[in-house]
Amino acid sequence: MADTNPSARPRRPGVPVSRRVLPGFGLSLGITLFFISLVLLLPISGLVIHTAGMGWEQFWFVVTDPRVVASYKVTVLAALAASLFNCVFGLLMAWVLVRYEFPGKRLLDAIMDLPFALPTAVAGITLATLFAESGWYGRVLSEFGIEVAYTPLGIVVAMAFTSVPFVVRTVQPVLEELPAEDEEAAVSLGASDWTVFRRILFPVLWPALVTGGGLSFARSLGEYGAVVFIAGNSPYVSEVISLMVFVRLEEYDFAAASAIASVVMGVSLLLLLAINVWQGRYLKRLHGGRG
Amino acid sequence: MSSKHHRVGDGPLIRRTLIGLAVVLTVLFLFMPLVVIFTQAFAQGWAGYIGNILDEYTLHAIGLTLFVALLTVPLNTVFGVFLAWLVTRFSFPGRRLLISLIDIPFAVSPVVAGLLYLLLYGSNGWAGQWLGQYDVELMFAWPGIVMVTVFVTCPFVARELIPLMQQQGRDEEEAAVVLGASGWQLFRRVTLPNIRWALLYGVILTNARAVGEFGAVSVVSGSIRGETNTLPLHVELLYQDHNIVGAFTAASLLAGIALITLAVKTIAEWRQSRV
Repeated sequence: MADTNPSARPRRPGVPVSRRVLPGFGLSLGITLFFISLVLLLPISGLVIHTAGMGWEQFWFVVTDPRVVASYKVTVLAALAASLFNCVFGLLMAWVLVRYEFPGKRLLDAIMDLPFALPTAVAGITLATLFAESGWYGRVLSEFGIEVAYTPLGIVVAMAFTSVPFVVRTVQPVLEELPAEDEEAAVSLGASDWTVFRRILFPVLWPALVTGGGLSFARSLGEYGAVVFIAGNSPYVSEVISLMVFVRLEEYDFAAASAIASVVMGVSLLLLLAINVWQGRYLKRLHGGRG
Repeated sequence: MSSKHHRVGDGPLIRRTLIGLAVVLTVLFLFMPLVVIFTQAFAQGWAGYIGNILDEYTLHAIGLTLFVALLTVPLNTVFGVFLAWLVTRFSFPGRRLLISLIDIPFAVSPVVAGLLYLLLYGSNGWAGQWLGQYDVELMFAWPGIVMVTVFVTCPFVARELIPLMQQQGRDEEEAAVVLGASGWQLFRRVTLPNIRWALLYGVILTNARAVGEFGAVSVVSGSIRGETNTLPLHVELLYQDHNIVGAFTAASLLAGIALITLAVKTIAEWRQSRV
């Protein structure tokens, strides 16, 4: 987010600058640090300590188990497919919501956030029902020989559904702030819509598209509730990583569960860091260095 | 050709195609699931619907879910407001790190979140063993459910408030301090009126996620019917019992909360833009 706070305000010479005019610094710092340490950092360090205690060989053995490796592949491929779908769908939705006026637009805009508000388990049973062979979509798709429910394709559908808002909501503000001049000039000079989009609009839009796609990918990697109902969960074929953690837990194999979980968490945190750095850099460019 | 054709996509054909495509895809992908939920829930008519809700275990699940939300939401609201105040009103070393840390629950898989707490507070964890000496069991009981729900939903209020409070700046508040306002007066009279709609949406979103959390809760709950079964877990149980209508009845309550959340968001955004 752009830091518009004028933190460097002019100082009057001779007057001791009290940078903190506003009250509550100590109180809010105390409460925040206490809360973050207790709720976030303590449990995370618990996992790190737990995993560190198990020794490198055992760790490697657990996280490279063929069934677990298969679940990495399924999860990463499905998450990639889901976020690619969301990049296209999200760009279309953002474009339509920003550029056009039509009846029902407010409703369309509002329902974009449904996947964030709807519990994942509810999304899971609903999508499974829709895409099952007897379901409204499943019946039509099976005519074409396409099976979605209880296959890896079902995982893609569930991941795509739960992460719909990310791309829409990151591209939307960029499209809104887009200056019209270059675009209008190019159009009036006779360039086709596609050329102008490719040469003028896309170069401004793609960083936001990458951010949204990245967030969608990160969210999809960890998705559990929506996926388990539609995936079928057969070993080596349609098990996701989160489910593997769960399976190991149900076998009371805490060591294996935490080893796999630490891989998942490490990847998620790295992704989060990468997205933050990326976002900071392109925002800075967008706002002329104020980012 | 036409003089109205100023920007990309203004041509009537492309305009209609894109709007049509967007509407059709949204109806298929986002709207139809809602239709399915309510058609399935009412498959046995109103009487069947009410009967399913009045089921002993469903009622208990509703009660437990509300109880969890009642504890989680105020806690995360207070935390969110303090965090937003801290990072938007003061500059200090580590401020950026703090803003990034708060995104962790977004990035961590809910199952991993549940596991984090199970490892620490479970009967094998050091905190769990220590508490066990005093016969305090947090996991597989309601406190565990509350703890993981707090973890999963703690970013939402802060995430709504931070961009807004940053944009509003601190001039009004500094003026109030100079005029002699106390901290509480300052917050209630100056800050709160400026942020109230965003705060409301943050709270309602926290609530929606708190009542709907599934992955993390299923790790620490044990899903004991009539004891530690929240509404989303109850949806799963009924679905696996092949009680499809019952599962969708419970799901329809959660979908109702989701729809209210979206409505509040739409209203709050509209009102906040006029503050």
